[in-house]
Amino acid sequence: MADKLMDNLVIAGKTYSSRLLVGTGKYKDFDETRAAVDASGAEIVTVAIRRTNLGQNPDEPNLLDVLPPSQYTLLPNTAGCYTLEDAVRTLRLARELLDGHTLVKLEVLGDPRTLYPNMVETLKAAEILIKEGFQVMVYTSDDPIAAKQLEEIGCVAVMPLASLIGSGMGILNPWNLQIIIENATVPVIVDAGVGTASDAAIAMELGCDGVLMNTAIAAAQNPVLMASAMKKAVEAGREAYLAGRMAKKLYSASPSSPVAGTIGQLKT
Amino acid sequence: MIQLIVNGQPQHVPISHGAETRAQSAADATLNIAQLLEHMGLQGKRIAVERNGEIVPRSKFDEPILVNGDRLEIVVAVGGG
Repeated sequence: MADKLMDNLVIAGKTYSSRLLVGTGKYKDFDETRAAVDASGAEIVTVAIRRTNLGQNPDEPNLLDVLPPSQYTLLPNTAGCYTLEDAVRTLRLARELLDGHTLVKLEVLGDPRTLYPNMVETLKAAEILIKEGFQVMVYTSDDPIAAKQLEEIGCVAVMPLASLIGSGMGILNPWNLQIIIENATVPVIVDAGVGTASDAAIAMELGCDGVLMNTAIAAAQNPVLMASAMKKAVEAGREAYLAGRMAKKLYSASPSSPVAGTIGQLKT
Repeated sequence: MIQLIVNGQPQHVPISHGAETRAQSAADATLNIAQLLEHMGLQGKRIAVERNGEIVPRSKFDEPILVNGDRLEIVVAVGGG
């Protein structure tokens, strides 16, 4: 039990007790957003940066009132950015918006249909941001070389996709994830593709340090209940990983009950 | 009147009389960010501003830096993953 209590996620020197990171998009309203975030137990919460709507009601509630930066570690992202310039500018604005906050999620997309990351632009953007003092958690393809390069230039966490953003298709390439995990000395967080609780548990059992998800919770029939399920799945997967699973014995059963001392047969 | 591009859309902002007339840096600068935000009903909101590709820190919101043709981005945090 002591081991479990000590088992924290450390990103850029800061300690988190939850290994589940959640997004705040696609919810019905801010009440549901807040209820789902709280049910998930997540401490790191992603937000997007967008233009104010000209002509909108200025009294409209603000996400930062619902999820105050004093209670959550907000992780501004660059979702929707297709060039390194847009991504860098977006995060500079985020830093200003959040009073100098430097922990950010970088993603530079390459294609609107798949939302697959453009790794060339991602690497260049990460370099610029790190030089400017940002702590960059980076969305990446599940290419082990790209993931290692991002770590080497100073990203504080690498976040490979498990499958396409918002697809809910689960962990499609556990082997690549495993290579990335084995090579990494910074946290590896599966970002994108988780569809249901078992996907999150599998990611954690593989040895991922955390899971980041949005649609799997927000698009569930009952988002708040799914948020609670994800919290348990991430915890269960992590404990299973730490516990160390039994060896698989192919085609060879092993009874759990004693073999000796079963009652006698009536006829011999 | 000063013409700006705010979040990609043209905005004509009337110039009121007041402290902003003490333009010092740019010769024809007559408006500050605080006045623009007030004009747009965004005063006191949690926003960040970029002017012509450069961040404008909040400490400079009272400086009359805006000139005709400036391109501004005004952003907020919204739900996202």
